[in-house]
Amino acid sequence: MTTTDASGEEGFTEHFEALLAADERIEPRDWMPDGYRRMVLRQVAQHAHSEIIGMQPEGAWLTRAPSLHRKASLLAKVQDEAGHGLYLYSAAETLGVSRAELLDALHGGTQRYAATFNHPALTWADTGAIAWLTDGAAVVNQVPLCHTSYGPYARAMRRVCQEEAFHVRQGYDVLWSLCRGTPEQQEMAQDAVNRWWLPAVALMFGPPDTTAGGADDRTAAMGAAVSRRSMAWGIKRHTNDELRQRFVDNCVPQAERLGVTLPDPAIRWNEERGHYDFGPIDWRLFREALADNSQCARQRLAHRVAAHEDGAWVREAVDAYAAGRYEEGQSA
Amino acid sequence: MSERTARVQTPWEVFIRPRRGLSHQHVGSVHGADADMALANARDLYTRRGESVSIWVVRSDAVRASSPSEKDPLFSNAADKPYRYPEHYVALNEGGSHDG
Repeated sequence: MTTTDASGEEGFTEHFEALLAADERIEPRDWMPDGYRRMVLRQVAQHAHSEIIGMQPEGAWLTRAPSLHRKASLLAKVQDEAGHGLYLYSAAETLGVSRAELLDALHGGTQRYAATFNHPALTWADTGAIAWLTDGAAVVNQVPLCHTSYGPYARAMRRVCQEEAFHVRQGYDVLWSLCRGTPEQQEMAQDAVNRWWLPAVALMFGPPDTTAGGADDRTAAMGAAVSRRSMAWGIKRHTNDELRQRFVDNCVPQAERLGVTLPDPAIRWNEERGHYDFGPIDWRLFREALADNSQCARQRLAHRVAAHEDGAWVREAVDAYAAGRYEEGQSA
Repeated sequence: MSERTARVQTPWEVFIRPRRGLSHQHVGSVHGADADMALANARDLYTRRGESVSIWVVRSDAVRASSPSEKDPLFSNAADKPYRYPEHYVALNEGGSHDG
């Protein structure tokens, strides 16, 4: 093994690139390029924020769950989302940023969360559709992230993935019951699937980064540039469009078994490709639709900020108690 | 434990023994103003499905770690010592592979 010159950035870069080339993980105290640190931090922070904002649409149904069993399982699911947020904040902190700074960035709007959660959960069936579709999409994204190049992020993802399987199944189970219920219940399930399908397909996987999803060359090229950088660093392992296809392939047979229709008339099996074809996402139209949800987005953030501010006295009391105990210890 | 006072956002490293017979393994970190709070938070965060028989929490600033920049000199002691491995020696049996 050759020793690189550790005094200049040159040697550090070589060592970093050599670790990636050997498919080794980058660990917190390793030297890493600023761009890498920023890209990982941005992704982990956005992921963490999405987890805790994602508690809101389903959390709103906790008090209105149709049975004690459904309430217990939904509560466990929403608690998991909080837990996932915390695993990820813990991973983000290893990059030299504090939890307080991350929350400030979320509250101040300088860091984003998945816009999927800016859709309202209108009926009980939405809790099922959210868990089946958006958590299902999250699993497709997260399974490859268990091998992402940043060690703490990969380890957090492995914990998340173990729990996410329960989320998808319990959501599917909610819809399963509704689909075997009264015509009104069946209609409610179909309506929720209609509203959550596109947010899952479009927003959970991000913008197109190949022309496969029907994007024009320019849009695809823009997405591809970001994906290429992320993939070269081993942060992402697959293109957005590849993962989107995998998600559609998972969902179609599940929807058939459930007895709901996915709201995309273009979905059909393509023997030649060995995949389901699906309609191109009209991103311009979709962005306009998102703007209609800006009211919901404001509510989500306001709710989060209020929860944080309402908890300020608890944090202050804990600090005061800890300081008091410390002084007692000093004088004893 | 560190001499300094902890605050609600003081980070603690969490180690979990997943089941008897295994050693504690690092799983991540939590915040807490003291060890009890860190322990309670670690229980809520890392053992929601009973995948633990014991938890340790250690203040993050109490961990003394080797510096990655010292990597080569610090671990060089173990390099180039083939005589520490069984393969360095004559095999006990004909096949040579399963002779312990």
